[in-house]
Amino acid sequence: MSELKLYTVSIYTENNIGLLNRISAIFQRRHINIESINSSVSEIDHVSKWTIVVKLSEEQMKKIIGQIEKQVEVIKAYYHTEEETIYQESCMFKLRSNLLFDERQIQNIIKESNANIVTVNREFFVIVKSGRKEELELLHRELSVFGIMQFTRSGRIAVTKDEMKISKMLEAFQH
Amino acid sequence: MKDTQTLDKVQKTTPSKIRISGSEAVIRCLIAEGVDILYGYPGGAIMPVYDELYKFRDQIHHVLTRHEQGATHAAQGYARISGKVGVAMATSGPGATNLITGIADAQIDSTPMVCITGQVASHLLGSDAFQETDIIGISTPVTKWNHQITKASQIPEVIAKAFYIAKSGRPGPVLIDITKDAQFEELDFSYEKCKGVRSYKPVPKTDIDDVKAAALLINSAKKPFIVWGQGVILSEAENELKAVIEKAGIPSAWTILGASAIPTAHPLNVGMVGMHGNYAPNVLTNDCDVLIAIGMRFDDRVTGNLSTYAKQAKVIHFDIDPAEIDKNVKTDVAVLGDAKESLSQLLPLLKANSHTDWHQKFKDLYAIEYDKVIKHDLYPTKEGLTMGEVLKEINIQTKGNAAIVSDVGQHQMIACRYAEFTTTKSNITSGGLGTMGFALPAAIGAKMSAPERDVVAIIGDGGYQMTIQELGTIFQQKVPVKIVVLNNEFLGMVRQWQQLFFEKRYASTEMTNPDFVAIAKGYYIDAQKVTKREDLKNAVAEMMACEGPYFLEVRVEKEGNVFPMIPTGASVSDIRLE
Repeated sequence: MSELKLYTVSIYTENNIGLLNRISAIFQRRHINIESINSSVSEIDHVSKWTIVVKLSEEQMKKIIGQIEKQVEVIKAYYHTEEETIYQESCMFKLRSNLLFDERQIQNIIKESNANIVTVNREFFVIVKSGRKEELELLHRELSVFGIMQFTRSGRIAVTKDEMKISKMLEAFQH
Repeated sequence: MKDTQTLDKVQKTTPSKIRISGSEAVIRCLIAEGVDILYGYPGGAIMPVYDELYKFRDQIHHVLTRHEQGATHAAQGYARISGKVGVAMATSGPGATNLITGIADAQIDSTPMVCITGQVASHLLGSDAFQETDIIGISTPVTKWNHQITKASQIPEVIAKAFYIAKSGRPGPVLIDITKDAQFEELDFSYEKCKGVRSYKPVPKTDIDDVKAAALLINSAKKPFIVWGQGVILSEAENELKAVIEKAGIPSAWTILGASAIPTAHPLNVGMVGMHGNYAPNVLTNDCDVLIAIGMRFDDRVTGNLSTYAKQAKVIHFDIDPAEIDKNVKTDVAVLGDAKESLSQLLPLLKANSHTDWHQKFKDLYAIEYDKVIKHDLYPTKEGLTMGEVLKEINIQTKGNAAIVSDVGQHQMIACRYAEFTTTKSNITSGGLGTMGFALPAAIGAKMSAPERDVVAIIGDGGYQMTIQELGTIFQQKVPVKIVVLNNEFLGMVRQWQQLFFEKRYASTEMTNPDFVAIAKGYYIDAQKVTKREDLKNAVAEMMACEGPYFLEVRVEKEGNVFPMIPTGASVSDIRLE
């Protein structure tokens, strides 16, 4: 019952200042670390979507969803297991350009990882890679041997395999 | 969802507009919301609004408290006795941060309150300007909703929303922070009350199938037991609850904030649950076969050790807040919705019953508690005055019609245990947060909100000194509250724990107190001190007969303890009588 699992939380909200504080405070108050957090527009006009990844027991997760939904500006919150979602993260690497010539295997690593080259100039080049966290970590391990000038990784974004009934809910409000 | 509109729609249907300043708009909004009294403290960033308050002083009465914390507790007292939204106002910076304790108290006790704070001008936000503080950030975890206004045109819509959110569903505090430039700026004003917010569903719809499932369990129960909480009072479901209790013949107990919803003398009212509650309802929580919780949240002070709480019982939980279901106690049947609505649906489905044998168990355990505890509290034979006998005297002389406003600590437990209530919304106390200093200002708000009622504040010598400055407010406003300080020269509850669990190491709990009577008299408040049992009756009579405010200090025994008691971590059925 108290087995910890990785859950993806999807929250549809109004786009208002201060909501980040209000949502993150729910986790902070319970001493829960957020693995990743992302906020963006959603499939519905003027509705924001948050994607939060946390490691919790399902019992804890349910209670937290209740607390999130209780917030006035939250329209709906869902939680999903890994199996119920399609999810991706992105990362960017900035590397020295001479590596492309001095370390031939770098080109193979980039090709095999399906990463894209964003820009190249005399000093550095930048590649971007999207995928699951493990793929991103593998690429990071492979490239770190050569020295990485800068690295950054985004939070998870996810869509669910099943339909989210949020649009219908909002339609009901309009009538 | 037909009656739910988005705010945008409300704005579009507005009638004629007038050109006024943001600060005048604030006052006109408050008047439109029916606010007759508000509590607050002026300062730089809220001065334009105070200037308008001056102009509208014949329509709205501003009460200057002596500290912003007092303003919030007064607003809470106003709200708790009336069910209306309490309003507190303060300036930016320290004025705003001083509101936080009262806001947190209102949040955990679900009290409808709107706080309005001034803020530095919008171009100064984030510049560490004089008296600038991020009150939106600070108040976020303790408000139901909060919002910062930087444009005058936002004022009507946001204030309408604030009152709607504070009062609807499970009530709570809302804070609105208004920059000084928005107060000066002009807008085309018109006001329409908020009727709905699309992301917010205040009252979940009661599912009749859940009500039927609850009725089925209750009808087949041999030993049903109700514990009701403040939800009954907030939804004004007292009559519905009474009808349910009487028809099904169910012994019923209350949480501290549920007190007074059903008269104390009602034969099916079996007393208070929780740490210092009554013996029978605590012990028999672990004997009942169906536990029916109504508008309560299974606070740890109610349940004791959760792993041994009512494990034998089927649990039915009526609540307006879906997040409360299964939060602390797993339920077999959850009935969401407003208690007034769901209990009305439940009533016709219940079979008439009397459960005579089951009742007898409560009576038997009451007899034990009476013998071991109550008798000694109310009819002491030893020398020192007890807190209980003071409450008994107040009960007799007010005939149970007074509103009792208690602070936090031993006197609070005694007040809630022994106050006899005939009227709902009469037990005003800080339940969830346990805020010492609550009672004196809360009594001001309660009395001003319900001037026809006797309002008696019961306060300890510790908590009294946390907001003692509000005597100034009482004096200036001529608020005829009755203040009773039960002085044991100790922070009594902490001392009791030190005695029981820390081998009598009384670390920083003994108080050397000032001459409280002289202080009251310094504020021109009639006052006296009682140290002997034979003087108590006359002193209470004099207090209740006094037309103005009155201060009564009663010197009670120094090391009296409150029993029964469920020690931390113990089961409700392991409640101690001594």
